[in-house]
Amino acid sequence: MTKQLECDAAIVGGGMAGLATALSLEAAGLSVAIVDALPVEVRGDEAFDGRASAIAYTSWRMFTVLGVADRLEGEAQRIEQILVTDGRAPDGLRPGGPSPLFLRFDHAEINGEGGEPLGYMVENRHLRRAMTETLQARGNITARAPARVVDVARDANGAVITLDDGGTISAPLIVAADGRNSFMRKRAGIRAHGWNYNQSAVVATAEIERGHDGVAHEYFLPAGPFAMLPLTGDRFSLVWTEKPRAAKALMELGEPQFTEEMQRRFGDLAGKVKPAGPRWSYPLGVQVAEEYCAERLALVGDSAHAIHPIAGQGFNMGLRDAAALADVLGEARRAGLDIGDLTPLRRYERWRKFDNVILSVATDGFNRLFGNDIGPVRKIRDMGMALTGKIGPARRFFARHAGGDTGERPRLMQGLTP
Amino acid sequence: MAHANEAVEELTSPSIDPEEVEKFSAMADEWWDPDGKFKPLHKINPLRLNYIRDTLTRHFGLDADADQPLKGLRLLDIGCGGGLLSEPLARLGAEVVGVDAAIRNVKTAKAHAEKTGVKVDFRHRTIELLAESGEKPFDAVLNMEVVEHVSDPAQFLKTSASVVKPGGLMLVSTINRTSKAFVMAIFGAEYVLGWLPKGTHQFDKLVKPEEIEAALAPEGYEVGEPVGVSFNPLSDEWRLSGDTSVNYMTVVTAPEK
Repeated sequence: MTKQLECDAAIVGGGMAGLATALSLEAAGLSVAIVDALPVEVRGDEAFDGRASAIAYTSWRMFTVLGVADRLEGEAQRIEQILVTDGRAPDGLRPGGPSPLFLRFDHAEINGEGGEPLGYMVENRHLRRAMTETLQARGNITARAPARVVDVARDANGAVITLDDGGTISAPLIVAADGRNSFMRKRAGIRAHGWNYNQSAVVATAEIERGHDGVAHEYFLPAGPFAMLPLTGDRFSLVWTEKPRAAKALMELGEPQFTEEMQRRFGDLAGKVKPAGPRWSYPLGVQVAEEYCAERLALVGDSAHAIHPIAGQGFNMGLRDAAALADVLGEARRAGLDIGDLTPLRRYERWRKFDNVILSVATDGFNRLFGNDIGPVRKIRDMGMALTGKIGPARRFFARHAGGDTGERPRLMQGLTP
Repeated sequence: MAHANEAVEELTSPSIDPEEVEKFSAMADEWWDPDGKFKPLHKINPLRLNYIRDTLTRHFGLDADADQPLKGLRLLDIGCGGGLLSEPLARLGAEVVGVDAAIRNVKTAKAHAEKTGVKVDFRHRTIELLAESGEKPFDAVLNMEVVEHVSDPAQFLKTSASVVKPGGLMLVSTINRTSKAFVMAIFGAEYVLGWLPKGTHQFDKLVKPEEIEAALAPEGYEVGEPVGVSFNPLSDEWRLSGDTSVNYMTVVTAPEK
């Protein structure tokens, strides 16, 4: 069946950034179409994506405005504290008495005791489900999945996407949310720069004996960061960064051996631990697009920037893209302007590029700094961490930045409709 | 060539000679290119449109947040050029008549509106001819960046205001005649930054707010306090300000009968 569809914005890519963009633009008063190559059921399946995402507190405000937060009831774990430790060996953290050289971020210091947490940990499959449900409840969003984009035409008067089922979508604006290897970006001739880290992340979920009290732990180890992120129901999501060969070995371990390895990493932190569900492995790299817009095209999420997950910022950056684009396009719409015009798109680009490049460089720097086992370098970073930990303003600044609470915030991030 | 053929097929308006279509289509592209010759107008456009929308909805008691907040209003855009203001206002629901003294501007604006599918009544007219023709009066007349280009501003303002309905509005935006305006708007914008072609504005043709007042107040029009429009080079954006010494806008209210 072929269908001709007309709308204000056609979003290519039904991943998390695409879903968030669809909801944000709809909230700004636009009619939206979203195209995804995969069937909705595949995206929502547990086996598709084992990762969990840190949702910064400003991102959570956005979810609240969009109506997504309500659908995450019981699936979102508050992050009350983040402990960052420079560890050399897996058992570097002594029970009950962490090494003096660590950084502690506490929600009470930023948002008051019992106030907004530093963020929430939510498994990606729940995020997808909640966003998909919200999307289906909205009248002004049309989803086309599974459907593949086979042709794109953009000119001064508009854009048309042709799908593999012969259907077309005409819109003044196309939004590329089709990930790191964005087809839309390549078709537009926008170059992206980046490199792969000689690192892979092994992701797994662990059931723990003792509760985590909403504390997230990040150990900086020579091979890369080892993060234990609290999930609901006495579980941790583990992000285990290793050299690709070690990661491969971890993936191939049998269940008892993997449990043993895991327990060694945890030490005495959470009592007895055991893996729950499958393991995944993802290669790590950084990539930044040269432009975030072209004639009748805007890039959001990983199609514009993919960063090292060291600070848990990747998805939050995508959310901020969506929120900023909603602000800019909402304003253009209210002024009667053509929303696919380059003038608002350039505003979006200026707004987001600076923030995203800073974060890409910072996370790359962190990773290099912490992924280093040379004595003097360790000394210096330990001193830096101890110092940052002692200086309240510096500590609060980092926590606010991680919460997305710096710079000019889009309206959705302030808990307002765009 | 394929492109030109498409354009001919798309244009069905009998008032446009197909032979001229390509030429005016190219000119429309130029008018509407945000990086082209009219870049300064594109930059200031969002601010002007927000100001017009908010002023009109406030005055006429309309909902500024509605999908088409200007629905029900009949507007005249004087010196419409390529339609940069007329088209968005029509998108906001207004019935818009756009007039320009230059036939090529009118054809350009028509060519663009045909392509975007926005309905605007573009006419090749001077305001004098329109006023004489017994045209139905307008809820609001937009006199944006025009008055500084005419030979007799006072007479021009009076003629423009004469087509406003009793109790309706005329919005005027222009450049003040001050030494700061000379430095910023003429020397700066035309000679240093190259934003505008040299000779776009002549200093002695610039209009002071009190001259608008002097031309219209004796006829019973109420001339509001001018609002400054200033450029912020850091954010690369225009915004409303208290500084009326260079660019400014003002609202004129026509007397009730």
